[in-house]
Amino acid sequence: MNASATTRKRSIDAQAQPPRLFGSLSRWIVLCLALLAVVIFFSVATEDWLTIVNYTLIAAIASLGLNVLSGYTGQVSLGMAFFMAIGAYTAALLGGTPPTSPLDPLGFGLSFFIWLPAAGIVAALLGALIGPTALRLKGFYLGIVTLSLVFIGNYIFINARGLTGGPQGRTFPVPAIGAFSFDQQNTIFGITLTSGQQFFLLILPILALSALFVGNVMRSRAGRAFKAVRDNEVGATIMGVNLFEAKMGAFILSSFLAGISGALFASYSRYVIPNYWSLALSIQFVAAIIVGGIASVWGSILGAAFVFGLPLVIDQFSLLPTGSSSGGLNSGDLNAFIYGFLIIVFLLFEPGGVLGIVRRSQALVRKLNIHGGEGGEPAEITDLPSIAGARSDVGDSSVTKGEEA
Amino acid sequence: MAYFVQLVFAGVALGCIYALIGLGFTIIFKASEVINFAQGELLLVGAYIVSAGVFEWHLAFFLALLLGILVTVFIGLLFERLVLRRMIGRPVFSVLMITIGLGIVLHTLVIAKWGSNPIPAATPFEFTSGFNIGGVHFGANELWTIIVTVLVCAALFYFFRFTKYGLAMRATAIDQEAALSIGINIRTVYALAWGISAAIATIGGVFLSINAIAIDPTLGNIALLAFPAIILGGIDSVSGAVVGGIIIGLAQVVTAGYESHFANILGAGFHEITPYLIMILILLIRPYGLFGTRKVERI
Repeated sequence: MNASATTRKRSIDAQAQPPRLFGSLSRWIVLCLALLAVVIFFSVATEDWLTIVNYTLIAAIASLGLNVLSGYTGQVSLGMAFFMAIGAYTAALLGGTPPTSPLDPLGFGLSFFIWLPAAGIVAALLGALIGPTALRLKGFYLGIVTLSLVFIGNYIFINARGLTGGPQGRTFPVPAIGAFSFDQQNTIFGITLTSGQQFFLLILPILALSALFVGNVMRSRAGRAFKAVRDNEVGATIMGVNLFEAKMGAFILSSFLAGISGALFASYSRYVIPNYWSLALSIQFVAAIIVGGIASVWGSILGAAFVFGLPLVIDQFSLLPTGSSSGGLNSGDLNAFIYGFLIIVFLLFEPGGVLGIVRRSQALVRKLNIHGGEGGEPAEITDLPSIAGARSDVGDSSVTKGEEA
Repeated sequence: MAYFVQLVFAGVALGCIYALIGLGFTIIFKASEVINFAQGELLLVGAYIVSAGVFEWHLAFFLALLLGILVTVFIGLLFERLVLRRMIGRPVFSVLMITIGLGIVLHTLVIAKWGSNPIPAATPFEFTSGFNIGGVHFGANELWTIIVTVLVCAALFYFFRFTKYGLAMRATAIDQEAALSIGINIRTVYALAWGISAAIATIGGVFLSINAIAIDPTLGNIALLAFPAIILGGIDSVSGAVVGGIIIGLAQVVTAGYESHFANILGAGFHEITPYLIMILILLIRPYGLFGTRKVERI
């Protein structure tokens, strides 16, 4: 417990810095290397690999959203699938092709620049509508209510044929800029881009922007309020945090990201049935943030890669023997088993997820360096007299007691 | 009229199943303030073992039932001992998520062993047996569900009221530290709670599978309908779980029976969400449920 408390404290200190775009020189180097890796991947990857990566990036946007609500603000939510569906159907309604026969689902055929932002905004608005009721509830109550949202949503989606196409599902619009449609091969500046490459070029910047935004929000006053609410509601209120505002802010931001992710997912899949937006999907996001790293931007992305990307990779290499009808796991089930098991292991031994392990090993390396007389970056050693200091004095048990009171 | 009576009868029977499942949630919650999201998957494992015991391993039904109960109780105790005991004092979020983790593991284990296709449900009686009174069919399945629920409730009542360990569990539920200070072994209480609720889950699972005639891995999702039941009854009330379960079961079956008359407004499958709608309503007007303890919280 002690070690993880130190890591957490350190990370909060690091987050208490002013908003930044890219930061220090070492960050620039890392960024350049990452950019280089992206470019290399982009030019050598096959269409199959692009598909895997694109789906992972889309899932990462929603994982980021859930991490805002659950990881940073401590509110349990099993409703991600519902808000993703709202985003997807908003996109379908605004951007879908206008119906040619009365049985076709509706669509207004609007531009991509309208339906993508609208998907996020409508999901956020719905979050703002549901939030005041749901957020009065704490802990598992909120979990159960968001869970019921998924079921109620499924009922509505299956019955609202005009919007969703009913149980058989419907097609979703493809991003298109003029005659430049993302589902076809296009040539731009003499470079021929496949559909997967175009989507990659669309989704990666959206994820990067979302990640940058969430990261910076968490370094701001609002972000610190979120974390204060998570750690101790009574304490946060005494320090002047408006509980309702903080929770609503997190809920709306998370719904927005879920909406965007849902719209992108549906658009990239082209065809989705209402049953796709299930409780199992919501639980996958919960698994993603726990395995990747709670309250961490990179953790959300790592977790999404693990939970959503890995089964696709397993399929890609056909690592599994083909299952028979009775018994046998498909890649999704095998992966579910692994992440179910990892949820238990991580929550028991490393609540920080994969990223917690990384941080811990970094701290170890730094300690060794200090002993060797090298010294780390000065900013990392200074102990800011912030909330973090007060928090680590209060033991973990008393924090939870406060939550239960 | 006969139709309505038939629906009420079926509703009470379904409600009894929810009550059994809800009791499992409530007993664990009272003992340790944990909501066990894996309850549905424990039920699933129990139901599959009973069914496989009868059809695959050719055991007698009651032997299979005993085996199912033993296995789920073992899983429950193991999880409590190895995992949850280390989680004491951790945030509600973590504890809740770790039970979801257990649920995922159990779910995939069931799929790995038996696949995703439905397998027949084991039953000690004929699915169609029963008798008719005035045009109402009293099926053996429903009757047995009600009888067993009454028996389980009576046994629990006796246990909580008249036995040493039952008393210890009630004392722990009221005040854990005080119970500890007068020499109650809290660990035994936790283990008992998990054991009892795992056993009840298996019984509920068997009735649920008989009710559905066949079982597939989505059976665990039906157990989620016990959430509305326990919230309606009050999450920390044992009798509330039973009353809430019956109300939810009734509401669901009666809606299912009449929703076809309003198909143009309600569409299909409205009865699947009535429990959740009732739950949201009750949370809005009476968040602590019908019989729950009212928690006063002011800042």
